[in-house]
Amino acid sequence: MKPRFNDVATVRSGLKNVNYLADDGIAGVVFLADRLGKPVLIEGPAGTGKTQLAKSVAELTGARLIRLQCYEGLDESKALYEWNYKKQLLRIQADKNSDSWSEIHDDIFSSEFLLARPLLEAITSEEPVVLLIDEVDRVELETEALLLEILSEYQVSIPELGTITAKQIPLVFLTSNNTRELSEALKRRCLYLHVDYPDLEREKEIVLNKVPDISENLADQIARIVRSIRQLDLKKAPSVSETLDWARTLMLLGIETIDAQEAKETLHILLKYQTDIAKAAKELSVTK
Amino acid sequence: MPVLDLMSGFIVELRNAGLPVSLTENLDAMEAVKVIPIEDRDAFKYALGATLVKNNAHWKVFETIFEVYFSLRGPEYAITQDGQPDDFWREMQEQMDQVKGQGEGKGSGGGMDSLTPEEINAMLMRALMSGDQAMMRALAKQSVQRFAGMEPGRPVGGTYYLYRTLRNLDLENMLQKLMDANRESSQQDLTSLEERLEKDEFESRIEQFKQEVESEIRRRLVADRGAEAMAKTLRKPLPEDVEFMHASRDEMQSLKKALYPLTRKLAARLARKRRHGRKGPLDFRNTVRHSLSYGGVPADPKFRYPRPAKPELMVVADISGSVAAFARFTLMFVYAIQNQFSKVRSFVFIDGIDEVTKYFKSTEDIGEAINRVNTEADVVWVDGHSDYGHAFEVFWERYGRDINSKTTVLLLGDARNNYHAAQSWVVKEIAKRARHVYWLNPEPKSYWNTGDSIVGEYGAHTDGVFECRNLRQLEGFVENLT
Repeated sequence: MKPRFNDVATVRSGLKNVNYLADDGIAGVVFLADRLGKPVLIEGPAGTGKTQLAKSVAELTGARLIRLQCYEGLDESKALYEWNYKKQLLRIQADKNSDSWSEIHDDIFSSEFLLARPLLEAITSEEPVVLLIDEVDRVELETEALLLEILSEYQVSIPELGTITAKQIPLVFLTSNNTRELSEALKRRCLYLHVDYPDLEREKEIVLNKVPDISENLADQIARIVRSIRQLDLKKAPSVSETLDWARTLMLLGIETIDAQEAKETLHILLKYQTDIAKAAKELSVTK
Repeated sequence: MPVLDLMSGFIVELRNAGLPVSLTENLDAMEAVKVIPIEDRDAFKYALGATLVKNNAHWKVFETIFEVYFSLRGPEYAITQDGQPDDFWREMQEQMDQVKGQGEGKGSGGGMDSLTPEEINAMLMRALMSGDQAMMRALAKQSVQRFAGMEPGRPVGGTYYLYRTLRNLDLENMLQKLMDANRESSQQDLTSLEERLEKDEFESRIEQFKQEVESEIRRRLVADRGAEAMAKTLRKPLPEDVEFMHASRDEMQSLKKALYPLTRKLAARLARKRRHGRKGPLDFRNTVRHSLSYGGVPADPKFRYPRPAKPELMVVADISGSVAAFARFTLMFVYAIQNQFSKVRSFVFIDGIDEVTKYFKSTEDIGEAINRVNTEADVVWVDGHSDYGHAFEVFWERYGRDINSKTTVLLLGDARNNYHAAQSWVVKEIAKRARHVYWLNPEPKSYWNTGDSIVGEYGAHTDGVFECRNLRQLEGFVENLT
């Protein structure tokens, strides 16, 4: 199969073109995922652009994004495939007299009566696909096993029908908020990428990129204040999306340079816990 | 050394450090190395990281080992020969000389030797002021060469050289100097917010410079001693293997971070058990009602849903001097649990005992809560040396009646009783009443029941005594709790 990217730099610039600012680590892993044909497991704090990465890669490669949102109680009939019972029943009733049973039996377990769920859809698709398995840590440990076959072999085994192998190897992204330890088996099959809060320069660039008409000076100040706040011991540190919300708010208020007072008044956009807000407000106003 | 040999040595070292690198991951890494050139060091590092490290807590260990094994690769990382400064350095020095207006005499060849420490200091300050990365790196290299006094074969650790270098650079006062200089150079007065931001910026630059110095020293040591030996001296336990009793401040910080997900895991685990647990007892009414559709034959027995067992937790922790570091950790653990369960009561003791639930409930700031526990809780009865017997006795008197069949009691401590009366009947009574009693002991198993430790005497009445020296063991305990 033809690789999608030439080198790490192409990935990086390509992602930038679709408005996703990747650092070396992110671009490197995406490149590697394509070359090695392996899924990527993305972990990291909430709101650092894990899901967005999959979306952006889909946009970059011009592929269709197929998304499987995980939740507790997800099972194979919702993730992999399901037999279309109603249609099967209709089929049996329609030909009650003519066909022999063996014919019908073979017939109703054909792909016509199969309902493809996201995972099966991703590997049977003719066109290029990016598969996003979102918040994989929400399914039970036992359900994880459902994913293993598709992640390592890119195939689905259906007892009545045989094994369906992928027509093309999709790029697969799994995201996890780390609410529980994923199984070794799953981790082993994936490349691992930890997306952390961006560093100062990158955060500034993200703000400049995503908030229209923002001045360089303000973006710089925002990034620096957010970095200072993240260093505090907080219940929930501000995420990138919250930084962006804050930047947009400041733009709406027509603020050009932030002073301590304005920072304090708009802190509730960055921080969601009262104790965090109080702590940050105290820290930011104290001269040291 | 060819890359392949280097890789296998590298992976062996990762395994030695405790990282669980499987065979498939090893093969993936080899595959990855084929498509990413080793010259692009950052990309190379991330490629190896993505294939070999599947847990973010292990990243730091990985990074250190990577530095050791691959630090001498790539031209820009090569060590400059003593007294032979590289081009960049020469260029920079010329620049400096021009600035100072004394271009002749020094220039090329001399390296840093021709500069006085004051001049070096001034250069460093300029570099930090402007945040010039390349200059900082060059300065780090040169200062190590000049100040660390490294000699081949000398059996001294990297920290010694680091200390020597940094002391000569007077880095402690650098922050203050930078702030002063910054204040002078800016036209108008800085607001407190701006000043604070500047300070953070300078702090991070100084930190970066320190790291440059550190890695330069490491590079030189590796060149001197070889990667294997160096990796061995640098080997540190993984975060989950750090002993609570001997954790440094930094390690404590990272332990704290790891605790929160652990308690969330605990809560999630308990909740799941509740929902997917076994069926409850026969629901007679429901069965009879359904039997009507079978003509009165109870063909379809119905069962009650199991009543969700809402766990009540009582944590009784020793916070005496002998387990001080563990106690700090325990308090953090208690605090984290408190957020996950509705009914947690916590008690601390030395030779007296006091309930501290309210300190954790009243504030969301863990530092403050721990501080209040340490200052306000009434835990000293006579002399402030652990007396488990007395503490348990008082506990039983005051709170014993609150223990019921839903309560799980966690006892935390090393059971070093200073040869006081054990009063182990209390534990026996508690165990009779409570659903479960567990004892977590931060001491290594081989120390149990030696000296004044009487953990065996207490432990006989509990549902189990668990060695709990590090996060891995605590995690194991949590997994088996339900």
